[in-house]
Amino acid sequence: MMIRAKGLSTREINSAISAAENKIDIVDCFGERFIGCGSSGRRINITGTPGNALGAYLDGSEIIVKGNAQDAVGDTMNDGMITIYGNAGDALGYAMRGGRIFVRDDSGYRTGIHMKEYGDKKPVIVVGGRCGSFLGEYLAGGLIIVLGIGCNTFPAGFFTGTGMHGGSMFIRSAVPPAGLPEQVIVKQANQSEMSLIKDILKEFCSYFDISADTIYDRPFYMLTSNSKNPYKQLYTEN
Amino acid sequence: MYELREGEFRNISGCAISGIFSRSGNRFSGRRIIDSMKVMHERSNGLGGGFAAYGIYPEYKEFYALHVFYDDTQARKDCESFIDAHFDIINLSRIPTRKTPAITDEPLIWRYFVAPLPTRLAESQLDEKEYTVRCVFAINTSIKGAYVVSGGKNMGVFKAVGYPEDVGEFYKLEEYEGYCFTAHGRYPTNTPGWWGGAHPFSLLDHSVVHNGEISSYDANRRAIEMYGYKCTLQTDTEVITYIIDFLHRRKGLSFKEVCSVMAAPFWSTIEAMPEDDRNELIYLRSTFSSQLITGPFSIIVGFEGGIMALNDRLKLRSMVVGEKDEMVYIASEEAAIRVIQNDLDRIRAPKGGECVMFTVDKGDE
Repeated sequence: MMIRAKGLSTREINSAISAAENKIDIVDCFGERFIGCGSSGRRINITGTPGNALGAYLDGSEIIVKGNAQDAVGDTMNDGMITIYGNAGDALGYAMRGGRIFVRDDSGYRTGIHMKEYGDKKPVIVVGGRCGSFLGEYLAGGLIIVLGIGCNTFPAGFFTGTGMHGGSMFIRSAVPPAGLPEQVIVKQANQSEMSLIKDILKEFCSYFDISADTIYDRPFYMLTSNSKNPYKQLYTEN
Repeated sequence: MYELREGEFRNISGCAISGIFSRSGNRFSGRRIIDSMKVMHERSNGLGGGFAAYGIYPEYKEFYALHVFYDDTQARKDCESFIDAHFDIINLSRIPTRKTPAITDEPLIWRYFVAPLPTRLAESQLDEKEYTVRCVFAINTSIKGAYVVSGGKNMGVFKAVGYPEDVGEFYKLEEYEGYCFTAHGRYPTNTPGWWGGAHPFSLLDHSVVHNGEISSYDANRRAIEMYGYKCTLQTDTEVITYIIDFLHRRKGLSFKEVCSVMAAPFWSTIEAMPEDDRNELIYLRSTFSSQLITGPFSIIVGFEGGIMALNDRLKLRSMVVGEKDEMVYIASEEAAIRVIQNDLDRIRAPKGGECVMFTVDKGDE
């Protein structure tokens, strides 16, 4: 089934997605918002520039974007997969709590802000290029990987990991991160730590036709939060 | 019944902005900016829309073009006698509009091409621009029912209460040709009482469209009013417009320096810079601390021969910049660019606090 999105409302597009059996192609997309919101069991191919909050609350569907996405992709996403053959805007994976987002190129500010995990729900974001400032701000759980392909400086802006108190980030970089907040622990990932992300990297590379050699020629810096519970005495003993 | 007018209560805005600029100075129709704004319809709520257009009055480019709103003919008579006493009026007319059901309650909308009266100008001991600014403030604060919407040369502001695409239709914007258009769609949470509160805001040839809600409004307002600016509308965009005029025209700062003042980096970021940059930024932050703007904003500034865009330093609002040959496109959303030019040479999201500027002469960024 194919939809020409231009000029259609969010409701019209999402009703068509609900009505589709499985696979749906959306073309002529110019900023239509909330595409695939909350959907499950669908495969949604988008050509164009989907609007803000693409795949918000996504609950198992797969979304593939041939083009750039805008802000708040995968906002509060629960399950499923979003693959972007281009850039993503600000607040990618905002408060995401499950599923995966792959971005071939760059993402904007606040990538992965306040992602969280619980039990077997562990969200993953992989960005092939670089990210803006406030990467992993208030990160509470899940995994963020930034590959910095084509980038010779540290592939994120300022204030990475501000307020981070859970989860982990792996950042491939020729230079170590600087100016991290006190509660963030940084180290060069060793072999056993790298094995934690090996499968996901392999998958990312196969999606975008990237050779693994270009990925492993630089160190990955692993960022985790201080396990000493930095907020132990913030309000009350906990 | 007396209704509270814009400026007598506080407005909070969301919004959409867009700008199109030709680096070679080629003129194009206002139709394109309307099409760009239409895509971002959901970012506005119909309570304000407007456009600034540059290069639209080549036959009168030596003269200040005053666009004025009047509540009634008495306001027009009062204002025209003021204008007549201070300026040579080269031409005057109603600004052409078309009736559309989406735009109602329009004021009387007039346009004057004027030159300061040489005798009055000499008597004032001011330069021509300052003289014109003071006359504009005099009209806006002392002539009841009159409001100067814009007063630059070879440019004009067209704004109204309504969705931006409807405002464009209302003003027949497609009939104007300019080398630069900027636009705004407004999403205030309180009903604006009046057309003057829509964006762009302008002073002389500077115009500002703004998405956001600055949290330093009152500190900025108190500071700028000490330099003779009158904030009549309680709108943060008005204050940004005056800060830009103050820093650029009166203090002689470059637009890049203006950006470093308004969206100054954090001290921790400044500390980590090479010495020359660090010293310059410490100087600017210290000298113009009252012009630091905090809170979310993305703005597009139009000026004679150029366009500038800036995000707040935390980048709490989105903005993308696209380029195709000599054309530059700036918008809140990438889709608003793609819909008018899908084949771009490059597209990027500027960093928070980064000065993005293009001019007709050099084409530099």
